[in-house]
Amino acid sequence: MSLGKLAERLLHLVPVLLGVSVIVFLMMALTPGDPVDIMIGDQNVTPEQEQAMREDLGLDLPVHRQFFVFLGNAVQGDFGTSFYHRRPVLDVIVERLPATIELSLVALIIALVTAIPLGVLAAIRRNSILDKMATVGSLLGVSLPGFWFGILLLMLFAVHLQLLPVSGRIGFSSEIEPITHFLLIDTLLRGRPDAFWDALKHILLPAITLGLPMTAILMRVTRTSMLEVMRQDYIVFAEAKGLKRGRILFRHALKNALIPTVSVAAIETGSLLGGNMIVETVFGWPGLGRLVVESVFLRNYPLVQAAVLFYAVTYVLLNFIADILYTTLNPRVKL
Amino acid sequence: MSHNENLLEVDGLRTVFDTSEGMVRAVDGVDVTVRRGECLGVVGESGSGKSVTFSSVMGLVRSPGRIESGSIRFEGRDLTRLSPREMRAIRGRDISMTMQDALTALNPALTVGEQLSEMLDAHDEDLPARGGARRRAIRDKSVEMLRLVGIPSPDSRLDQYPHEFSGGMRQRIMIAIALAPGPKLLIADEPTTALDVTIQAQVLELISEIRARLGMSVVLITHDLGVVAEHCDRVMVMYAGQVVEEGATVDVISNPQHPYTRGLLGSIPRLSLRGKPIRPIQGQVPNLVGLPPQCRFYSRCPDRTEACLQFVEMRNVGSDRRARCIALTQEEVA
Repeated sequence: MSLGKLAERLLHLVPVLLGVSVIVFLMMALTPGDPVDIMIGDQNVTPEQEQAMREDLGLDLPVHRQFFVFLGNAVQGDFGTSFYHRRPVLDVIVERLPATIELSLVALIIALVTAIPLGVLAAIRRNSILDKMATVGSLLGVSLPGFWFGILLLMLFAVHLQLLPVSGRIGFSSEIEPITHFLLIDTLLRGRPDAFWDALKHILLPAITLGLPMTAILMRVTRTSMLEVMRQDYIVFAEAKGLKRGRILFRHALKNALIPTVSVAAIETGSLLGGNMIVETVFGWPGLGRLVVESVFLRNYPLVQAAVLFYAVTYVLLNFIADILYTTLNPRVKL
Repeated sequence: MSHNENLLEVDGLRTVFDTSEGMVRAVDGVDVTVRRGECLGVVGESGSGKSVTFSSVMGLVRSPGRIESGSIRFEGRDLTRLSPREMRAIRGRDISMTMQDALTALNPALTVGEQLSEMLDAHDEDLPARGGARRRAIRDKSVEMLRLVGIPSPDSRLDQYPHEFSGGMRQRIMIAIALAPGPKLLIADEPTTALDVTIQAQVLELISEIRARLGMSVVLITHDLGVVAEHCDRVMVMYAGQVVEEGATVDVISNPQHPYTRGLLGSIPRLSLRGKPIRPIQGQVPNLVGLPPQCRFYSRCPDRTEACLQFVEMRNVGSDRRARCIALTQEEVA
């Protein structure tokens, strides 16, 4: 990959981000409810005070003016101040980000390590009981709503069996001084295996809930592409060479079958971001997703705006990573 | 005939496919003999069973297909009775195969070097047992194989992928892979069909040359009688799952006994017959589901009679000549 291509890709971000900003701004403007009203609540405030608040937040300007003010600040790296936190939104987002990244990564790992072996098994034992169970399971996996499945898991493992915690990232007694802000790593770095175990127990249910639809999709993709690959002439030729079955399956077949799986995985990782909002809310996970949901309710415009832009950048970057992985696995394609 | 002379003896092979339309008898009672060092041409239209016959020999018939009956003796051992593990050791090491199109037969995601060296790694017994010495020996042997099939600067090209080679080069690479462990029998399934005419000649020349050098036997599956005439000692003509004629190439071509072989020869355009029309064989290969026990060529045969509506046996029609036609009288073998 040349630097020129890289620059070209990054340039693609500009229209995407501009478009996303316009859409988010319009949606927020059209959404009923007013941040100042919400902030005031039932306190007694004079109209002058209310007007001052509006001016302070820049809400007295017409929407298009507000947009250009936002744009002017944003290109200088200033995304405004969170109405609620009274701090720069970027700071608030960065604070919440590690929790979300950690949860998404664990969900991704769970999805990959279950989906790929299951997909391969389903393909090589086509029409077996296992294949049929996997088919039904993946159908359920994509169609079960995350909030419902999450609550079901909570009821079973947290309430009835009391094996796992109900919410949060880590227990009170396990809190540690952060280093990387990824708790699964920090607890180990601080030499606290007990705290690591606690963090792991906290992340398990939300990660499973978040990763379930992705697992289902990746399993189907792996199965389908594995079946497709096993029909190819080069598999027959590999058999004619008298190679061992394991080598044919994993070296000859899987390397080709993983090309679509990996591309889909990279793109689907973007959809984990959307899933995060629901899962983090259900499991009280202190990440970006829950922050965005709360901010929408509070009409905390600057924060929602910045967070959505962040999602857009992530999505574009993930697509870019998907392309790079695609070329790495598939020598016939060059970017 | 002793086992010493015959490398491969297939006897009464029946390979069937269970399909939704019924049982397809793709190979229906086929006998094949391949002698040491010879080149046997196998000719027939698509669907005649020539490829399935040799997939059966390789033990590569996949579900819904299966070998129903018959024996496949290779150096006296019946391959149909071997375990998958024993069969794996024979594939590649003793019997190797090349496929019609090297573009699809070579794995697009693996380098040519890896595809060549894994073959050596699986079968070559002269290599050092393990470690760096083994890796180096495999690499050297791989370079040597590519050089043998005429790939220029083989050392650097080992690390390239199949798509980085031309069609003719890929065919050579596939042949290099098939020949790397020094097999006793090479089954070349339509080795030239996917190639340009000029490259075809080069590839066939290469196979003939290596055959002579290594003293191996070759089965050349093709639908081109011209290729057979030039490269094969003996020829076997297949039609609708059966062998209809076999014998020394010169005899079969100069004096075909079966109407189908005559038809095949009549449909080749020749300069000496310029101005005269080519006479293609009319009709199509019959559907192989639920065939009546009559001569399979009946519906297309210009010489058919009532007598053809019964099962027709192979007849000996000369020294080392056999054909399956009711019009021929059985000769006593001397």
